[in-house]
Order: sequence, then structure tokens, then C-alpha cells
Amino acid sequence: MNAVTLNVDPYNLIITGVGGQGNVMTSRAVGNMLSQLGLHVTIGETFGASQRGGSVMSHLRISKTASWSPQIPLGGAHMIVSMEPTETLRVLKDYGHPGVRVITNTRPFYPVGVISGQLSYPKDEEIRAWITELSEKAWFLNATEQAVALGNPVLGNVIMAGALAGTGELPLERGIFEAIMTTRFSGEKLRMNMDAYDFGVAHVAG
Amino acid sequence: MTHLGHYPEGSRHLLMGNEAIVRGALEAGVRMAAGYPGTPSSEIIENLAAISKDPSLHLYVEWSVNEKVALEVASSASFAGLKTMAVMKQPGLNVAADYLLHLSGSGVRGAMVLVSADDPGALSSVNEGETRHYAKLMEIPLLEPGDFQEAKDMTRWAFELSDAIRNVVLVRTVTRLSHASGTVIMGRVPENDKQAFFKHDGFIIDPNEGVVMSPPVEYKHGEQHRKLKQAESLFENSPFNTYTGPDTPELLIITSSICSLYSREAVHMLGLESRVGILKIGTTYPLPRQLMKKHMAACDRIFFVEEVLPFLEEEVKIIAAECAADIGVKTFFGKKNGSLPMVGEMNPDKVIAALSKIMDTAMPQRDAAYAARAGAVAFGGSPHREATFCPGCPHRASFFTLNTALSMDNRNGFVCGDIGCYSMGVLPAGFSTLKTLHAMGSGTGVASGFGKLSKFGMDQPVLSVCGDSTFFHSAMPPLVNAIHNSSDMTLVVLDNSGTAMTGFQPHPGIERDAMGDTAATIDIPAVCRAMGAEVRVCDPFDLHHSRETLLELIGRKGVSVLVLKQGCALSPEKKSSRRYDMRVDETICAGESCGCNRMCTRVFACPGLVWDKEKTKARIDDVTCAGCGFCADICPRGAIVKKEVA
Ligand code: SF4
Ligand code: SF4
Repeated sequence: MNAVTLNVDPYNLIITGVGGQGNVMTSRAVGNMLSQLGLHVTIGETFGASQRGGSVMSHLRISKTASWSPQIPLGGAHMIVSMEPTETLRVLKDYGHPGVRVITNTRPFYPVGVISGQLSYPKDEEIRAWITELSEKAWFLNATEQAVALGNPVLGNVIMAGALAGTGELPLERGIFEAIMTTRFSGEKLRMNMDAYDFGVAHVAG
Repeated sequence: MTHLGHYPEGSRHLLMGNEAIVRGALEAGVRMAAGYPGTPSSEIIENLAAISKDPSLHLYVEWSVNEKVALEVASSASFAGLKTMAVMKQPGLNVAADYLLHLSGSGVRGAMVLVSADDPGALSSVNEGETRHYAKLMEIPLLEPGDFQEAKDMTRWAFELSDAIRNVVLVRTVTRLSHASGTVIMGRVPENDKQAFFKHDGFIIDPNEGVVMSPPVEYKHGEQHRKLKQAESLFENSPFNTYTGPDTPELLIITSSICSLYSREAVHMLGLESRVGILKIGTTYPLPRQLMKKHMAACDRIFFVEEVLPFLEEEVKIIAAECAADIGVKTFFGKKNGSLPMVGEMNPDKVIAALSKIMDTAMPQRDAAYAARAGAVAFGGSPHREATFCPGCPHRASFFTLNTALSMDNRNGFVCGDIGCYSMGVLPAGFSTLKTLHAMGSGTGVASGFGKLSKFGMDQPVLSVCGDSTFFHSAMPPLVNAIHNSSDMTLVVLDNSGTAMTGFQPHPGIERDAMGDTAATIDIPAVCRAMGAEVRVCDPFDLHHSRETLLELIGRKGVSVLVLKQGCALSPEKKSSRRYDMRVDETICAGESCGCNRMCTRVFACPGLVWDKEKTKARIDDVTCAGCGFCADICPRGAIVKKEVA
């Protein structure tokens, strides 16, 4: 436990996306990995409308000393991991500050208003420029595309967890991830999950 | 498979608040649990149901038809000497309240805990109801866990308390605890194979062997008070009430539930640890008077941090007034004096702002230029995500039918709404079809009344909707009422075969129960017919047939019922199968010049049907479209083509 170090305490991580993308899975996996190191982890999330294409957000508070509240104060995120590019902007508005770091999946998930032609969706280059401007460091990856290539779009969440580990911001260990996955999957499924994780790590390290 | 009931004693796990409550109940040795689904409480019964077949746990778990019945069912196990639990969201407690008043007067035998989940800020509700006043109204003890470990430990202790005082104990949780997760260290799950037996042959008022009832009232009510006093004295030394801070603080925060974490965050952020104390209360009713007195004696300024209603604030003020001679006059801050808002959920920022004002200390400021820029970027760059029905959802089709039928009928008819996914029928997603929205079953009760107003010249057609689960929960009595009182109304049952909103819990119309066993089903059309209503059943994906049938029914006098039956798009059976391959024939779609004003994408707006801005034509998005086939019927030109999947 004492060997584990955090850059800040509590470390505030936001994992965001759109209902149905599987964010809850990512936040649970990351939370479990950190909890197993003996850290105090609180994950705040709301479900409700989450199945129905609304914005969803998980707040993770990670601490060596205490359980923190399930809501991060405004402007208080240290890292944002986002499964959807315009959701990154929505989170930066409330929880960002000049020192925040961001990992974004670049694949858009269009809101109904955009689908029906009432609203417009910004261009990829615009979104990248805004996120870069509003963060200290930003990583972009098309996790959905890679996940589909690996065999299942849901693996996008695992890729994002791997990317978070790859940044070295938190004490996330591959061995612990593998142990957690082994309790749920075996054979081909397990291998796909580990490949997705490794892809994420490699992408941000590169 | 390892599960919640098997985690070894002493092991650490990341648990959702609701899972922690389940583990606490298992550690207490719970045998029976009953509830009705409702966010944020549903995962408690769900998790118990999932492990109910494990022979080592000895459990009976059910989804009851409504919350009152859940409380009645759960209490039976207590009368037979077993440990038992009832679970519901706060509006459900209103439903169960009638029985609860009787139950709290009769007392219990086996330990009995009632868990009620509040939804401050109405994150997944249509109101923000408050559980805590029920403890006072029903004169039973109330516990409020402040974190995840306490959610487990206090649930377990709630059973011990119930055992000690022989009455129901109320446990209040909130969305931010029930649906959040934190680290919990496990206790022991006991072996237990206690047999059930209901003793009923003793002297009539014998608490262990007599009749279970609240009369003779004066005697039983007196007993209830003695039990409450006993709880209060146990609360005086409870480890669930904790104080952190200096011996004589400048300000004493009194808080409970998840608000205790917000309070701690605020004190930390403002660096006030040496000046402000936090008294976190876990045993909220009845408040331990001596403990409150001791802490108030040490400080003259008191700040209440709680949600939803100022319950702690009012209870503490009573004690302060009664003890004023000993502890002096206090100054209070909280909801009542406007330090914190009366409505909406609490969060660290609201507490930080209030505390910095009370203590006259500067708040850590967010970089203003950054906040302004990020706000501007998000305003233009993150398009709003409006709540809508899923692709292939039968409710979108049903509301389209209702809405267009009422326009064709042209007598200004309207629909009274109810609680479920279909409550979204008040929004553009459901073509703003619903015109009233209240409690479970209320749409039909209100419609029953509207249907009598022809006496006062009202000639608008009156409709109500309810889901299949809601039909059983509380729409049957108002339907009986409407029929008996010769009301003129049409009930539309949106039967999507499950309690979709909360995650497909079974109900009496489904051939499977909570524990996964085969169950007898109750047929909605047959029930309505037996009551005496004119009944039709249609597939909501067949627009023309459903609409004609509805027009016929709203033209009649008396009570009619239209059952629109089609499974939810997210139901496990449907999710991966599609009935039709869809495409838009670009040679037929006239685009902007059609005159339909983009009926398909602007009005109907299923996410599977996309407006192609470049081609200015409609297009099917193959990834999103669920293949229900309905949109083929709405295009006036027949440009949307469906082909049965082989
Ligand atoms: S067939 Fe039409 S209405 Fe049905 S899911 Fe597909 S696009 Fe939506
Ligand atoms: S698909 Fe039909 S309703 Fe939609 S724009 Fe084309 S012609 Fe109009």
C-alpha cells in the first residue's frame, strides 16, 4: 500500500460517454483495479436515462486516506476519459481547468437532434483543436474502430482503460487487469480483452 | 460462481450502495425480501433475486405487484419468526404507508427492515419525495447510512435493532449512495436454517403468540412509544453518529447521509478543519437527545447540510428550544434561512459556497477565462442530447398513433399520462401527447373523473395510458371505478411485456417470477373484459389498424380498453433480432419538396431514420435501425420500404 503513489490526493477521474456505450463497465474495471491496491475508491454515477442515448458520466475519487464524495467539485477533474468527442467538451465546461488531461475516443455518436437534421455536429478537426486548447495534454484515438477490428465495439471501453493505464497517471497494473478479466472470461474472449487493453496502452505510449 | 453472498469475511470489495445494502441484509441473516421496482432502489431486490437459488442462503425473494403488497408479504415472514425486508423507492412508500401505519402499531416478531430510496433532484423520478418524515409519522426508528461501508453495516444493524425493539426499522438511502460505489470490507454471513411457524393461539394481546394487530390502540400505541424510547437510548452511544473537528468549533455542521461526504469535502476545500466540526448523524429518528445537547453546548452556530426537506434541522431545533436554558441560544444556518436551496440535490459546490459565506472565507476560484472559454466551446460544440425512445420502441409508434388519431377525430381529445418509459410522452419524443402526469395508476383515475364532466358540457374525448406493470400495480381499481360509475373514457395499455424502464423485472403478466421460476400469468385483455370494458388488442407497429380501432373506441360511450401489445426494443428476446430490412427508395422520397415537412425525420424522429443533409433525402441508418417496420407506414409517398427478414 505504501509503495502506491498518487500525484494528487484525491485524484479525480471522470469517465464519460453516451448511455449504452458501456461506460459503467470501464469505471467499474478501473475502480476495481485501484481498489485492489488498497486505495479508497468512490465511483459516482447515475443511471436512469442512461440506456436511452443521454449523456452519462462517472466520477471516480481515488485516495490513499479516505472515501471522498461521489461528486467532483466544479473545475476539479484531473483526467477525463471520454468515449464520445462532444461529450468531452460538455465535461470540460463544468469540470475542466488548464491543467486537466484528456483521452478521447474520436468516433461520434450523434444525438437525435443531429440525426433529424435540427442540430449540427462539429467537425473532427474542430473538436480536436478545442480539446487541445482546453487541456494540458490530450490523447486522441479511434477506439470504436479499433474495437470493431478486434471483434466487438464494446471492447472500446477496454481500449480506453488501457489508454488510461498507458498514460502512467494512475497505478494501473496489467497483471491486476488480467486477473479481473480472468474471473469473467476465458479463451478467445479473454485474449480479445487483453489485446484491446494492450492496444490502448501502446497507443498513448507511442 | 462467487457472488455477493460468498465474499469471505474481511475481504475488500468495490460495491454499489445497493449491493452493500444486500450484503448487510445477508450478514443479518435475511430470509425473505419483497419489493416493487423503482430507481434508485431496484438493484437491491435484483441482486437478492439473482442469488436466491443458492441453497446455502435460504432465501425467498419476490417482485410484488405494488409496494403495499410488498410490505404485507415481507411482514408475513416476520410474523412467522423470520428476518425479512421490504424495498421500494420513496413514492412507493406513499403507496405502502396505509399498511405501514397498522404494522408499526402491531409490531413485528422476526426482525423487519424497510428500505426506502429517495431521489433528491429527481434524477430518475417525477418528484423529489422525502422518506424521513415517515419515521416520525409512523413512530418508527430511522437510520441513514453516510457511505458504502455504513450502507452494509447499518442495514445489518437495522435488523438487530428491529429484533431488540420488536418493530419495523426504516433505512433511508439516496440515489448518490445507492448508485455510487465504494470500498466495503465484508463481515460474516451466518449459517441459518430457521423454520417458519406462525404462533397465533396465545392470549390475544401477547406479542409473541397473540393476534397481530394494532388494537387495543391505547396499549399498543403506548408499547410503540416505549420501543421508540428504547431505540433513542441505544442511539445515544451508536458508532454511526460520529464527530470530527475541534473541541469547541466556531461552527458545528450537523449532517446525514451522503451529505456528510459533501460537508467533509467543503471543510477540506476551504481549509477549515481546525475551526469547523462535523457531527454526522446515522440514527436520524428519534435523535439521541443527550448527544445532540452535548455537541450543541460546545458551539453557538449550527449549520444543517441535508437533502430533501429540512428534517434534521427541524428535529434539532426542537431539542435546542427545549434545552435552551442549559445550552444557550443558537444561531442556525440551513435550508430555512436560505443558506442552502430548499429544492434540488446537494453537491460539494453548494456546500462550499454556503460554508464560505457563513465562515466569511474566500472560495477557491475557478480560472474565469478558462471557464468562459470552455462554456463557449461547449455551447457551440456539444449538441444537446435530448431524451428519446429507443430505435424500434413500440411507445414511439403508439404515441404517433394516439396523436394522429386525436387530430383526425378533431374534438380536442387528450391523454392522461402515467409512470414508466412512456412518461416521455409529455416530450416531443412522444409528440407531446400526454397532458397530465402524476402517480402510478393516476392517469386512469384522473380520466375516470374527466369522463364524467360531460354533465358540465365537456365533450372532449378522454384517454389514459398505462404500461403493463402499472396496470397491475394500480390502474385496475380506477378502471373498475370508471366502469361502475359509467364514465366515458378509453384506457390504452402500452403492453411491452416487462417493467422496461427499470430493467425488465417480471410482473403478473409474465410467465416467470423474480427467482426465475415459471409463474401463472394474468391476461390483461381478459381481466378488462371480465370487468365489463369494451376491449381490443392491436399491434402498435400496425399503424392503420391501431388507428382505426382507436378512432372507433373513442367514438363510443362508456369505458373501452385498447391493448397495444409489442415487446420493448431492449428486451433480451428482441435485442439482437430484427423483423424487417428497411431502406428509403431515393427515387420516391421527394425530400424537402415533398410537402410532408419531413414527417419521417423531423416529426417521427426515430434515431434509426436519418436526414441526409447532402442528398436532402431520408436514409435508414443500418447500425441503429431495429427493423420494426413502423416508419414504412408513416411516409405519405411510400418511399420507406420494408422487406421481411428471411
Ligand atoms: S424500421 Fe423505422 S421506425 Fe423501426 S427502428 Fe428502423 S428506422 Fe426506426
Ligand atoms: S421519406 Fe417520405 S415522409 Fe420522409 S421526406 Fe421522404 S417523402 Fe417525406
